[in-house]
Amino acid sequence: MRVLIVEDDDILRDGLKVGLALAGFTTDAVGTCDAAATALAANGFDAIVLDLMLPDGSGMDILKDLRSGQNDTPVLLLTARDTVRDRVAGLDTGADDYLGKPFDLDEVAARLRALSRRSTGRATAALEWASLRLDPARRSVEQAGRPVQLSRREYSILHTLMAHPGLIFSKTKLEDRLYGWQEEIESNAVEVHIHHLRSKLGPGLIETVRGIGYRLGGAG
Amino acid sequence: MRSLRTRLFAILLVTTGLLWLSATVWIFLSTRAEVERVLDARLMEAARMVNSLIVSPDMLKEEGDADANRLIQSATKIPLLEHPHYDRQLSCQIWSLDGTLIGKSDSAPDTTLAPHATGFSETVINGETWRVFAVENASLGVRVLVGDNLRIRDRLVNDMVKGLLLPALLIIPLLAVLIWLSVGRGLAPLRKLAGDLAAREASDLHAIEDLGTTREISPVLKSLNGLFARVAGAREREQNFIAFAAHELRTPLAGLKTQAQVALASDDGEIREKALGQIVAGVDRTGKLVRQLLDIASVGASESAEPAADCDVGEMLTALRTELVGQAHRVDVAIDAQLFGLRIGMDPNLFRLVARNLLENALNHSPPGATVSCSCKMEVDRLVFAIEDMGPGIPDEEMPHVTERFFRGRFKTAVGSGLGLSIVEQALDRTGAELELRNCQSGGLSARIVLPPSLVR
Repeated sequence: MRVLIVEDDDILRDGLKVGLALAGFTTDAVGTCDAAATALAANGFDAIVLDLMLPDGSGMDILKDLRSGQNDTPVLLLTARDTVRDRVAGLDTGADDYLGKPFDLDEVAARLRALSRRSTGRATAALEWASLRLDPARRSVEQAGRPVQLSRREYSILHTLMAHPGLIFSKTKLEDRLYGWQEEIESNAVEVHIHHLRSKLGPGLIETVRGIGYRLGGAG
Repeated sequence: MRSLRTRLFAILLVTTGLLWLSATVWIFLSTRAEVERVLDARLMEAARMVNSLIVSPDMLKEEGDADANRLIQSATKIPLLEHPHYDRQLSCQIWSLDGTLIGKSDSAPDTTLAPHATGFSETVINGETWRVFAVENASLGVRVLVGDNLRIRDRLVNDMVKGLLLPALLIIPLLAVLIWLSVGRGLAPLRKLAGDLAAREASDLHAIEDLGTTREISPVLKSLNGLFARVAGAREREQNFIAFAAHELRTPLAGLKTQAQVALASDDGEIREKALGQIVAGVDRTGKLVRQLLDIASVGASESAEPAADCDVGEMLTALRTELVGQAHRVDVAIDAQLFGLRIGMDPNLFRLVARNLLENALNHSPPGATVSCSCKMEVDRLVFAIEDMGPGIPDEEMPHVTERFFRGRFKTAVGSGLGLSIVEQALDRTGAELELRNCQSGGLSARIVLPPSLVR
């Protein structure tokens, strides 16, 4: 799950980027409205963590631009002003959730998972496919009740596919979900991770749609 | 509280009443004079007519009293008004020159109406005042006296004046009602304004629309709208201040907490070490913020405007350079030789605060390898002490806001708090010096402290 963090304070931005990565998110972080606009134009994100007070404008403007462009990526507002009036203004502008500073890192992660879950139309936290069960909150995967150990990248790919069952993901789209900007993408990485997943979970789980990409297969 | 309406009503009523009263007095006097002139003329006419009808004294003697009386009756029956009140108003007597009464009208008294020979006179007979005109006919040896009873004449005059004044008196209450209503109508725009204002909510600071109000109320409206704008501005600044303050105080705490949680959650030694490093930097920054908040409080609390001691600008700057440049700034600070020995009459603690904040700003915004220069020069009779850096300067649109507390502009640094320039301005305010910020043409900011001659030793 790829998350864009827009926060101008260096220490907090760094903390969110590293902390959310530890919680299983792929994170990108920017410090200004301009950089946020550039990032949003270039990539798709599953969620945005947005600070309201930025040096070159308000996070509210980013939110307005986003919503007026029919982009309904879930947005979690982070702000120091958390009076009722501010919260109402934020939510009415199109934010999906709201957290006042200082916040708990685990709560940010939990809310982001909840936002992503709701945006894909599911009510329960865990994802299930055949005998497979993926719990985003604990980052755990079970097959027929038996825990399966996955690496971070493998988990990310499986999470992406299970969040959108039936959808076909191209290799570049999966790479987008796996890597932040600063990270170097190894060639064939996606193929390698898919190979590992198949060997751990059974060959039929991930289907290759030739020339297009990958999707969940019928057999668990 | 006095009502404007009552006040206007009273003023209008009194002035109108006075005008009305003087007009009435004038009408009364002129009417009376005119009526008296007319009545006098009638008196004279009647006397002359009676006189002309007497052909000879013999006529009176031969034909006797009856004839004379008939003559008099006909002469005095000239009707003035067809009204019972004024019947028998004129009285006539004919006297021989030797003092016998030859004839008289019914209403005339038996005693002589006037002692004199010719012309007008007034006499009192039996308590009644008479206005009499006398004509002496020397050739016939008779004197004709025609008189008006003044009581009757006054009644006539009074009746006439009453007839004129009654409608005027009836007009007074009508006038009062009209004035009251007109004043009310004239004041309607004021009442509407008051109603509009009363109906407002305390938070409604929109300008009142000036929809064709009167010229007198427009200035009031303009001043009110001006006031609304100022209050709205003040409220917005307050809101901004709270927002900035909340952001600047809570964001570092959020950063510290997040980094601490990262350090707790990670098994990776490298990540943990980095997070702890960030915590140290965050505490430093928060420490600086706390120091500046305390500075603001101490500048606000310091009472004496008179400095305990002068301070030497050069020495102070040198001490600050040693303290600040050691902290990882790869920036040089050049202090003009003129500044050594320059003594100014400013509390050393305040000046230290000012210089420290300006120098910190200059250092934080300078690119590595740059030089911050401190200099001074005389401009007319003022001494200008300037700290110039080679940083990005301040965008024009941010200039008016940079001394606001917690304001941080586009080129803010990681370690800033938005309080420095606010502290500088507040401290200089206490001493009588001024802060001027200018972008240098070569780029960079020139922060100038303008000292009045009284502060230069």
